[in-house]
Parts: sequence; C-alpha cells; structure tokens
Amino acid sequence: MVAQKSLPSRLFDGFNILLMILISLAMVYPFYYMFIVSISGNTAVMTGSVNLLPVAPSFAAYQSILKDPMILVGFENSFLYMVVGTLINMVMTALCAYPLSRPDFFGRGIFIKLFVFTMFFNGGLIPLFLLVSNLGMINSIWAIVLPTAINVFYLVIMKSFFQSLPFALTESAYIDGANDIYIFWKIILPLSTPILATLILFYAVAQWNSFLPPLIFLTEKENYPIQLFVRNIVIEGQTADISNAMSQSQVESAAMSEKSIKYALIISAALPVMVIYPFIIRYFEKGVMIGSIKG
Amino acid sequence: MVNQSRMAYIARNLKRSKYLYAMMLLPFVYLIVFKYLPMYGLIIAFKDFKIYDGMLGSDWVGFKHFQKFFMDENFVMLLKNTFLLGFYLLLFGFPIPILFALLINEIRKKWFKKTVQSLSYLPHFISMVVVVSMVVTFVKVDGLINGITGIFGFAPISYLLQEEWFRTIFVTSEIWQTLGWSSIIYLAAISGVDPEQIEAAVIDGANRWHQVIHVTLPAIASTIVIMFILNIGNILDLSFEKVLLLQNPQIYETADVISTYVFRKGLEGFQYSYATAVGFFNSIINLCFLVAANQLSKRFGGSSIW
Repeated sequence: MVAQKSLPSRLFDGFNILLMILISLAMVYPFYYMFIVSISGNTAVMTGSVNLLPVAPSFAAYQSILKDPMILVGFENSFLYMVVGTLINMVMTALCAYPLSRPDFFGRGIFIKLFVFTMFFNGGLIPLFLLVSNLGMINSIWAIVLPTAINVFYLVIMKSFFQSLPFALTESAYIDGANDIYIFWKIILPLSTPILATLILFYAVAQWNSFLPPLIFLTEKENYPIQLFVRNIVIEGQTADISNAMSQSQVESAAMSEKSIKYALIISAALPVMVIYPFIIRYFEKGVMIGSIKG
Repeated sequence: MVNQSRMAYIARNLKRSKYLYAMMLLPFVYLIVFKYLPMYGLIIAFKDFKIYDGMLGSDWVGFKHFQKFFMDENFVMLLKNTFLLGFYLLLFGFPIPILFALLINEIRKKWFKKTVQSLSYLPHFISMVVVVSMVVTFVKVDGLINGITGIFGFAPISYLLQEEWFRTIFVTSEIWQTLGWSSIIYLAAISGVDPEQIEAAVIDGANRWHQVIHVTLPAIASTIVIMFILNIGNILDLSFEKVLLLQNPQIYETADVISTYVFRKGLEGFQYSYATAVGFFNSIINLCFLVAANQLSKRFGGSSIW
C-alpha cells in the first residue's frame, strides 16, 4: 500500500510541518513572552531586549501582586463564583438533561424546543438587567451564578450522552420496581462520569472566565472577580486599583517595571485555566465531546 | 367521549412521568424566569419605561424608539460597522479552520498531530479579558508588535488609537482564538471518511491533492454547509464582550457596533426603552439572517439546522 512518495508530495509534507510549527508557536509564544517579561528586570524590559529568555529573573512582580489586598479579594471572589456556579450548573443541567433524554418522557419535544429556541433568540441585555435588578440580585453572587445556570449547548451534549446509554437498563430497573429518580441516581449517573467530568471542566472554565455578568451586575469592588480587576488595570489603565503593587514598583523600579506587573497579573488570571487545560485535553482525546456532538 | 379518553391518556402519561417532571421543575422555572421573562421584557421597547411605573405601568409609545434609532446620526455607521466586522470575520474566519483541518489531517506523525491540535485549542479556553489584555498591551506603541515591525524599520504605531486598524486587530485576534477549536467539527467529519474510498481513489491513480478534492472535501461538504449557515446566522451577533473590551471612544468610527451602543445607551445612559428597542432590532435581524440562510440551504437540497 505504501508507495514511494513523489517529490511534490514530500515537498508539501515539509512545508506543512513547517506551517504547523509556526501555528503552534503563534499559540504559545504570546503566553511565553508575557511570562518572561513578567519575571525580567526593569532595564531589560524597557530596552525591549526580553524576547527569548528572561533577563535578571525574579518573581518580584508576582510577590507584589500577592501583597495587594484588592487583587487577593478578586481571586477569592472568582474562586467562590467558580465553585458555587459550577455546582449549580451541573445540578441544573443534569436534572434537565435526564428527563429530556428519555424517549418515553411525555412532553419531551415541547421542552426541547423551548430550550433550543433560546439559543437563537433572547430578550437581550437590558431586559435581563432589569429582571435581575427587580429580583434584588444586584451586587450578589446570585446575579453571577443564576442567570447562566444552564448552558443549552452543554445541556444538549449531556442529553445526547444519556441517550447513548442502552434504554434496556432503564426498562429492566423498572421491572425490578425502581423509580425514575433512583434509576437516574444509581444507574445513569455512575455510567456518565466521563461526560460529567468534561462538563464540570467546561463550566468551571466558563465561570472563571466570566466577564459580562460581573460587569453589569456588580458595582462594588469588594465583589469583583479577578477578570474585572484585570480589565480595569490593564485595559482601562486604572492603576488606582493596584496602587499598592504599583507604588511598590516605583520604589523598586530598578527591579521591575509596570509592564512586568501587568503581565504577571494577566498570567495569574489565566493560570487556573492553564492548570486544568491538560485535563480538558485528556477528556477530549477520549472523544467524549466529539462523540456526543456527532450523536 | 373522544375528548375524555384523550384526557385520560394525558393524565396517565403525566402520572407515569411524575418523577421526571419533579426533576424538570427547577430547570423549567429557570427557563421561564431567566430566558422567557426577559423576552417578555422586550415590551418596554414599545413603552416609555420608567423605574417607578414598572414594566406594566409605563405608557405605550408604539415604534417611537425604533424611529428614533433609524433617525439617529449614528444609525448608518453602527449598521455598517456591525455588518463589516461580521463580514470580514466570515470571509477570513470561516475558511481558515477548514484549511487547518485539511492540512493537519495530512500530518502522518501522530504525536506531532496531537501536540499541534492540543496547542491550537488553548486560546479558546483563555478568558476574553485576558485575550484582550494581551492584544491591548501587544499593540501599544512600546508593545511586542511594534518591537517586531521596528526590526524591519517601520515607525511605531499606536494601533488601537487608529480607527483603520480596528477591524484588522479584531479579526486577527478572533482567528487566533478560534482557529483550532472551530476545526474540531471538520476534523470529526474528516475522520468519518470511509478509508476504502481513499484506497479506491489511490488505485484509480489519485494523488494526495486529488484525494482531498474528490474524496475528503465532498465527504465533509454537508458539515461545511451547516457551519456556514450558522455563521451567516450569527454574522451580526459579534462577540459583544470582545468589541466592548477592545474599543475606545477615539475609534468609534469603526469600532462601535449595535450591541456596544445598546450597552452604552442602556446601562450607562439609563435610556432603558431606547436601548431595548435597538437591541431588539439587532436580534430580529440576526434571526432573519439565520432563517433565510437555512431556507436557502434547504432549497438547494442541502442540510438544515432544524
């Protein structure tokens, strides 16, 4: 079967491999660049000589971030929203996906249509804002975790996974006298750990990365997640939020620049996602998501 | 009689599914409160909403807010910006993941293929705030991009203060974010291509280029069509978060789009009814695009998303 490869074919392979290496570099280098700048000394950063390796490396920028009380509050809030939010996401999505996965569930078609319709049309920003403020949720964790409780796309994925389990399991459990809740809890969920783990990771990432709900529903800095602090400091340039770290950088200006602090902050905000990223990839390789999207 | 037996049938089914309904209760309440109540809230687009009158008590004003938007001096600019940004995104952002999937499929070494794929998905998981923070700092006068162009003797540019650069920055960073992730669906489709077809083509003397053109591409054509429909349907549904984070008042001429205008008028300017009307207008156009694209695809014998 393996024929002698022609010259154009080999040329193409060489070119293709080169292109893929370039694409991979484009994906990774920006993060690497920020990291080496964040640990390099001020003079090297200022003269722009930090490109491939850190110069005079020190973790001073990270230390000054960790000393800043507001930044720490941001990390704490993000962590809280992520844990509570993901828990609500999983409970609600599973409770909804299971009945919708049952072919014998009366009214299934209508419910599915009602959910799927919201993927294509919604009330928009202002009505949602007015609703949340009428519910008295402004400035509370509920404004962050409740409006996003179910992601319809993930709901469909979980439903497809449940559907792929043999229905005979449910039928035989029925004959043994089990009710639906028992079947869901004792038979379906234990068989669904791959999809549950995958969706936990996806929801957790989404909660950690969440920006718009905190922006419109939170007005007090004490409630801000880290994403809002990063936006205010790096994009809007409001250095007042990080005055502690910044003034420290002026004092120790020989050791680190404002740039290093900003990059250190960006890296820290992305770090939790980077840490769980290998797990996401591992589940991916098992084909869990792709299989269920296709199904 | 017929009616009665129908009622009995429904009652029997409801009873049989009672535990399933119990499970659905909370999700259903969520659906109504957080998804459908805001749709009902769209009525304030036709009212002069005042906080103390409430949604129901405020006066009806018909299409006043829509007219105001159509007469607004920014109307044409907003429509043009939203369209152009979506159009460029489709033009460059749509074919590139397909190309990437086809190219990576030609890689024979499995570990290399896996590594490139894994790295290419990474930006999809990074938060919008972090991505835009990176972009903003990289395109500054003293940023990474100007450092690179400086090597070739170009004068530094403050890209995000130049309105002609906004679309390029937006589309380029969007491609960087979505290239790998969007290619997954095509890779899945390619993996479904029957190997026997490829073998048959090889026996018929097809080289690798022929294999792609005559076997792989036709096999994934229906996936491409569906993705194209979805993309057309979302052409005006730009990543609101990203535009909002990237734009600044100096470059509104190209960077202001309908959704960010809604945000500014509604949540910063407290013109709730007006902003709702503008947002409603935007969603209706989105929906029209989606339905139209889907109809077209159905007519030409292709696939439909519903």
